[in-house]
Amino acid sequence: MTKTLFSEDHEYVRLEGDSATIGISNYAQEQLGDIVFVELPAVGTSFKKGDEIAVVESVKAASEIYAPLDCTVTEVNEALNEDPGKVNMDAMGEGWLIRVSLAADADRSHLMDEAAYTTHTA
Amino acid sequence: MSMNQQGRPTNAGKTTDSSASESALLPSEPLLFEIGSKDHTGVDLPDVKPFNHRLGAFKRTTPLELPGLSEPETMRHYVRLSRLNYSIDSGLYPLGSCTMKHNPRLNEKMARLPGFSQIHPLQPVSTVGGAIEALSELARWLMKLTRTSAVAMSPKAGAHGELCGMMAIRAAHLEKGEGNRSIVLVPESAHGTNPATAAFLGYKVKAIPAKADGTVDISAVEDALSPDVAAIMLTNPNTCGLFEPDVKKIADAIHAAGAYFYCDGANFNAIMGVVCPGDLGIDAMHINLHKTFSTPHGGGGPGAGPVVLSKALAPFTPVPFIRETASGSELVEHVGESKSFGRLTAFHGQMGMFTRALTYMLSHGGDGLAQAAKDAVLNANYLKARLSELFSMPYGEQFCMHEVLCDDDFLKGTGVTTLDFSKAMIDEGYHPMTMYFPLVVHGAMLIEPTESESLKELDRFADTMLELARAAHAGEVERFTSAPTKAPLRRLDETGAARNPKLKWTKE
Amino acid sequence: MRYLPHSDSDRAKMLAAIGVDSAEELFSSVPDTLMLRTPLDLPPHSPEFMVENHMRGLAGKNRTCDDGPFFIGAGAYRHHVPASVDHLIQRSEWLTAYTPYQPEISQGTLQMLFEFQTQVAHLTGMEVANASMYDGSTATAEAVLMARRLTRREKTVLSGALHPQYKDVVATYLSEDEGLICLPPDPLGVASLVEHIDEKTAAVVVQTPDFYGNLHDIEALASTAHEVGALLIVVVTEIIALGLIEAPGALGADIVVAEGQSLGNPLGFGGPYVGLLATRQKFVRQMPGRVCGETVDAEGKRGFVLTLSTREQHIRREKATSNICTNAGLCALAFSIHLSMLGEKGLTALAELNHANACILANALEKLPGVEVLNKTFFNEFTIRVKGNAAKHIEALTARNILGGLPVSRLEPQMPALADLIVLSATELTTNEDITALVLALGEELA
Repeated sequence: MTKTLFSEDHEYVRLEGDSATIGISNYAQEQLGDIVFVELPAVGTSFKKGDEIAVVESVKAASEIYAPLDCTVTEVNEALNEDPGKVNMDAMGEGWLIRVSLAADADRSHLMDEAAYTTHTA
Repeated sequence: MSMNQQGRPTNAGKTTDSSASESALLPSEPLLFEIGSKDHTGVDLPDVKPFNHRLGAFKRTTPLELPGLSEPETMRHYVRLSRLNYSIDSGLYPLGSCTMKHNPRLNEKMARLPGFSQIHPLQPVSTVGGAIEALSELARWLMKLTRTSAVAMSPKAGAHGELCGMMAIRAAHLEKGEGNRSIVLVPESAHGTNPATAAFLGYKVKAIPAKADGTVDISAVEDALSPDVAAIMLTNPNTCGLFEPDVKKIADAIHAAGAYFYCDGANFNAIMGVVCPGDLGIDAMHINLHKTFSTPHGGGGPGAGPVVLSKALAPFTPVPFIRETASGSELVEHVGESKSFGRLTAFHGQMGMFTRALTYMLSHGGDGLAQAAKDAVLNANYLKARLSELFSMPYGEQFCMHEVLCDDDFLKGTGVTTLDFSKAMIDEGYHPMTMYFPLVVHGAMLIEPTESESLKELDRFADTMLELARAAHAGEVERFTSAPTKAPLRRLDETGAARNPKLKWTKE
Repeated sequence: MRYLPHSDSDRAKMLAAIGVDSAEELFSSVPDTLMLRTPLDLPPHSPEFMVENHMRGLAGKNRTCDDGPFFIGAGAYRHHVPASVDHLIQRSEWLTAYTPYQPEISQGTLQMLFEFQTQVAHLTGMEVANASMYDGSTATAEAVLMARRLTRREKTVLSGALHPQYKDVVATYLSEDEGLICLPPDPLGVASLVEHIDEKTAAVVVQTPDFYGNLHDIEALASTAHEVGALLIVVVTEIIALGLIEAPGALGADIVVAEGQSLGNPLGFGGPYVGLLATRQKFVRQMPGRVCGETVDAEGKRGFVLTLSTREQHIRREKATSNICTNAGLCALAFSIHLSMLGEKGLTALAELNHANACILANALEKLPGVEVLNKTFFNEFTIRVKGNAAKHIEALTARNILGGLPVSRLEPQMPALADLIVLSATELTTNEDITALVLALGEELA
């Protein structure tokens, strides 16, 4: 059973049990323009909520991606090294950034569901 | 995420319209590697008689793969390439914050005098008395124009000068036992180099917001001050083209908190000979000789960024520096017993730029430099007055200094962006202004005409800009979105270039 | 005031259009107390011929490298620059253009930079190069910072035969932090660097030909460094050497930095020069400075743009790879034109000629009693040990109008053991007469 939540900073978290997939929202990729490079963390690294976990670069801008909740990286989307444009094409799907395992007590109360996020970006 | 939204479109877009480029006078030019060959050369050298090498086992075996050109081919290649460039000599170059003023050729001639160009930086000092004199003469001009106590001549460019000034500030804190000061205050409108420099030295950057009128909020500075603050980095006139009216009060507050005032001197052209930075309470300020003092930009350098220093920071000047003694000028090349924070470059700095800048100063004189600053401000305000008919100006109710700042409000609903507008200027024969900077203004257009433009040239430019604005309002969107159509190339695919960097020529 | 186009009536018209009575009013945002009320004590504007007289007066007090025998190198070299080079770089479109941020009207500069990057890559044997740095010394410091970012380690080992001022620049950039290890001066070029390399090492920095002229086996050093994940930075101050000695990239260098002055740029008392920085493709996102890349325009035509700019200060601000904001555009152009004229054939011949003249010089000096050539190997520069104080001898030679090399004590004043050393260089411009004059005079001084 999966459920997708969003942070105020435009990351999404797709929850799959005690693991999750993290990426940037479709709204965010639109705002950023053509993504040319994605800098991803090393597998095995642990992050606290709010830590910088990745950097997404367009031609003219670099945006830091913050951990939406406490987590440990289990997989990174290597395909983005070859084709960072996937983030633009399919941010919520093939353009995912990292897979993580979640701390049991990871706080997710600050995350929004899709309806709330849509209101947030309106 | 931090959502840095400078991600405006950077792919080339699609077009089939082909009115662009190649005319009889603007041929496209193949790469050097496509026209040269390894058995060609444009340099004749005498034959070397056979001799015993002393290279040991280190002789090159890897092919050089460097094509050569004969002299006529060389001239063709580089003359043809040059014609694909815009330049100050061919037209108004309104890049805000860049001070694209006229580059006098006397400067070039003087820099090429063998007595300056054919001397080695490590010759015995007794054989380069004139060079030392030129250095100290330029230093005196800079100190007088800024009313400061010392100048570090060696920084190679503006950003290198920032590093110099901030290192002097750090050294001063360390000497006082206050090396724990960890914060540098930087207004939001600052040049990117300011936070980059502060961070480079390990400082945390704290952004200071601007007031609604575009100037720094002194109460925000006061609120941010603490025993942890090492310095403020402030540009004055600021990047919105405005003089910071509270600058002296800010300096006083900074000093009262035990911190130092670094002034980014990028915009000194607006005030040279009219206002002295030393009177504003600055402790360090770099001076871009390639902006204010007319040394050429050369397609992106070399620059030169001497840094003037207050009495408080003077002892920390990096080597080399010139010490004035009763018996004359003495070149100090080693830190030795001094408090100097070290060395920023081999040798003495950008001497070739010093001779050019000194030539410029002597030509203009004190009176001419002040007049140049006043004319730069006059030209900007004249453009502002003319453009205000149709352009939106976020801080338009006050006089600007040497540059006019517009935002993209006047383009709202036209389907034309700042980028499109800039590219359409190219088709009208102009280099675009600085755009999307400063970041605090939406779709910023920063226009700096400099003092070098005549009234007729300014009017021609203003007429063109107004005509373009009218066209945007009249719905001629495609004229903008497909621009440029008359340049050697159409818009380039920057996205593709960044996704798959191809940084050198390779055989197909 | 020949640089200012306005007449007083123009100014009056403009003030009227703005709606003010005087230029003074435009400065109304400046607090009254800060406005200069009396003009600064500076000379007034001056006619072109008077400025020229003044500057000629200053220039005339300097002894140029062409005024008599000249043997100084040590990081800046006297070479002949073809007349075409200086003519071309003075064309308006090169000289007075800005950084090529508008690629549609800057293809000249951009294509030149692309060619320059390719030339530097080929010359150094590396995969990529940037569009130039301020000079060799700052490029070295930037290379060290780059290696630290890449390895996420601090320890940096500087060879004792690195140019002393380069060493000082690196130390200043790193604020002399604990990770920096500067080995003591090594005129014989024999000290081992290998023993200083360990798992904490970010980079080892070695110059070849080194400050004293010795050539080094960097291949062994590279493999030792790579075994522990450290990077090898190779510094070259005489770029013409690469016409004759092996490309550092072919020997395992990870970053090559160089001073490019020798091609296209005059001695000019030390600047402006042109720094070169080349590295491996996989390190490109940690490379400092501007870089130009190939792309296409909207009609599919080949073109060039500045790229990977998100590494730079104007985008990343406090997260930039460097605060560097410029390159050495015009000096890079001069370098590139000169190298295009030389080509492979010319550069090899030029390097051969430099080496030949240096060998003639060394052979002649070796025969002098009281002179010992320290180098086993060299390119166009080597070190001699002389009887007595080197600086005194150089002073005496200078009095005889011979600039006979650099006494090492000028750059290493705290090292009595180096007080009898002189570094000398010969280039294609060194004549047999120059060498005869030096040998004769030095022989007399030492007698």
